[in-house]
Amino acid sequence: MPFPLPLEALVGKPLMYLIFGLIGFGFGFVLEISGFGNSKKLAAQFYFKDMTVLKVMFTAIIVAMVLIFTMVGLGVLDFNQVWVNPTYLWPGIVGGLIMGVGFVIGGFCPGTSLVAASTFKVDGVFFVLGGLFGIFLFGETEQYFDTWWNSSYYGRLTIMDWLGLSTGVVVVAVVLMALFMFWAGEKLEHRFGGVDQKRAPKWRYAGAGVLLAAAVGVLLIGQPTTESKWQRVATVKDAALVNREVQIHPGELLASLGDDALRVVVLDVRPESEYNLFHIQGAQNAPLDQLPSFIPELHAKQAANTVFVTVGNDEEAATNAWKLLTAESVPNVYILEGGINNWLATFEAEGSEIQATPTPMPGNDTLKYVFASALGDRYAAAAPSPHEWELEYTPKIKLQIQRDKSGGGCG
Amino acid sequence: MTAQVSAPAPAQTKGSALKAFFFHRPERKYINAYLGGALLGLVLFTSFFLTGNGLGASGGLNRIIVYFQDMVAPEHVDRVAYLLKLAGGEKNALDDWIVPMIFGTLIGGFVAGWWFGRLKVVTNKGPQISVRTRWALAFVGGGIMGYGARMARGCTSGQALSGGAVLSVGSWAFMFAVFAGAYALAYFVRKLWN
Repeated sequence: MPFPLPLEALVGKPLMYLIFGLIGFGFGFVLEISGFGNSKKLAAQFYFKDMTVLKVMFTAIIVAMVLIFTMVGLGVLDFNQVWVNPTYLWPGIVGGLIMGVGFVIGGFCPGTSLVAASTFKVDGVFFVLGGLFGIFLFGETEQYFDTWWNSSYYGRLTIMDWLGLSTGVVVVAVVLMALFMFWAGEKLEHRFGGVDQKRAPKWRYAGAGVLLAAAVGVLLIGQPTTESKWQRVATVKDAALVNREVQIHPGELLASLGDDALRVVVLDVRPESEYNLFHIQGAQNAPLDQLPSFIPELHAKQAANTVFVTVGNDEEAATNAWKLLTAESVPNVYILEGGINNWLATFEAEGSEIQATPTPMPGNDTLKYVFASALGDRYAAAAPSPHEWELEYTPKIKLQIQRDKSGGGCG
Repeated sequence: MTAQVSAPAPAQTKGSALKAFFFHRPERKYINAYLGGALLGLVLFTSFFLTGNGLGASGGLNRIIVYFQDMVAPEHVDRVAYLLKLAGGEKNALDDWIVPMIFGTLIGGFVAGWWFGRLKVVTNKGPQISVRTRWALAFVGGGIMGYGARMARGCTSGQALSGGAVLSVGSWAFMFAVFAGAYALAYFVRKLWN
């Protein structure tokens, strides 16, 4: 899955910024030729006289959406690496309402005002100046409602996840909804703006047909499963497993947990009952069968220095978890070598409360210790002091450069 | 804002020749809205396909503001958590993809306006208000818009277009909120535009 490209690693920062500049050029160019540099044309939207805003916006959204999910379906584009704006529901809605007010008073939105200003529309220049002032004001006042601004957070939530529908169904539904809105918009334009729709180009029907057909195509090809994603990377990644490049020594995990330059997220993939008996301090319980539901969160808002370490009793479940996360392109995932059993052995946890079980269960990946009670991480061995343990190991954690992933607005 | 242009000029630089070069091209009509939308969709798709990011505008303006704040009052920036994230310590607020993107947007808009003869020093307004009123309202509207855009973590481009295309729940809620806010107020400010 080569796309999106790891641009910074591939061409370096200056060229990467040039590419973003060119995309911006296309953006500004298209906004201008669509008439978005003209506040009267934009404001006419809100009096049903000229529905250009609606038409341009929703055409752009459905065209891009259909293309994106076709490419994802064909396995060319990795959706996990596509930025999906995280949902902060109420700040988004209230901010949106405020923006609507600003839109109808000022006649622009930020992107269109840039185009207006660059074509010397004086009202556009005033709008940009006002916008800069509003942005400045937000930066200065955000601290007074910081808690609310970070509330109602749902992470990387797509409509598919929310409604539990397949991507294809949602894509088709959105295209149908947009086509309905275009139809209604044209009726309103005719009623309030006196626009003669008979003179509108006939090719728009063909365009609508093509888009709907493409959306049905997305539905038919479906979206890649974790299994098929793993198959694409299996040869390379299996080698890493066999050569033990990703299994880190308990000593390295301990050192990394105390390393300020790293943000280590320990994912304990064992069942909750075993997690409750004992787990490494700070570990998050993510039972293997529930792990897929954690993936959007692992992709959203993770700092570039985040390292994930999967932990099982031995290595089997942890390796399966590693495969799953790797297939879903979560970066910097490692496995705790030997799992909890090895951890307890390494840090000599045996004592009055933790004992090696006299009758180990047969087979792999079972807990080889018995615990006096389910103390979780309140056992000393859950958080050994890094200063007390001089352990020898080969360091394996290498931070991959993460792609510069952030939202347009979130900047 | 005067009509001065700092773009590379042709060799014979007589003021009037320059003026003719930039301002006297025949004015063309805007293209069909669906065609414009389809082209915009292609740009948006290209952005996601190559870079994994969508489009944006307000985020870039935000970084420019914070950059100047960091120049004038770096201690202040380091003390406010929201600003710290963008320009704290050694960080350069301009070192982000969104900044070249908005400069590209400005240039793209300028080139299109020039090519199609729409480079004009003009104030677009409704017939019932004066030019000065329009300027004041543009500034006020821009201020409200800028504040709301940061609150919503993105504007029409960064949230509605980009998040809409990848089917983010928050972006769709946001988009309907923008239209709701605008339509709710539109009737009361109809004198501004009609």
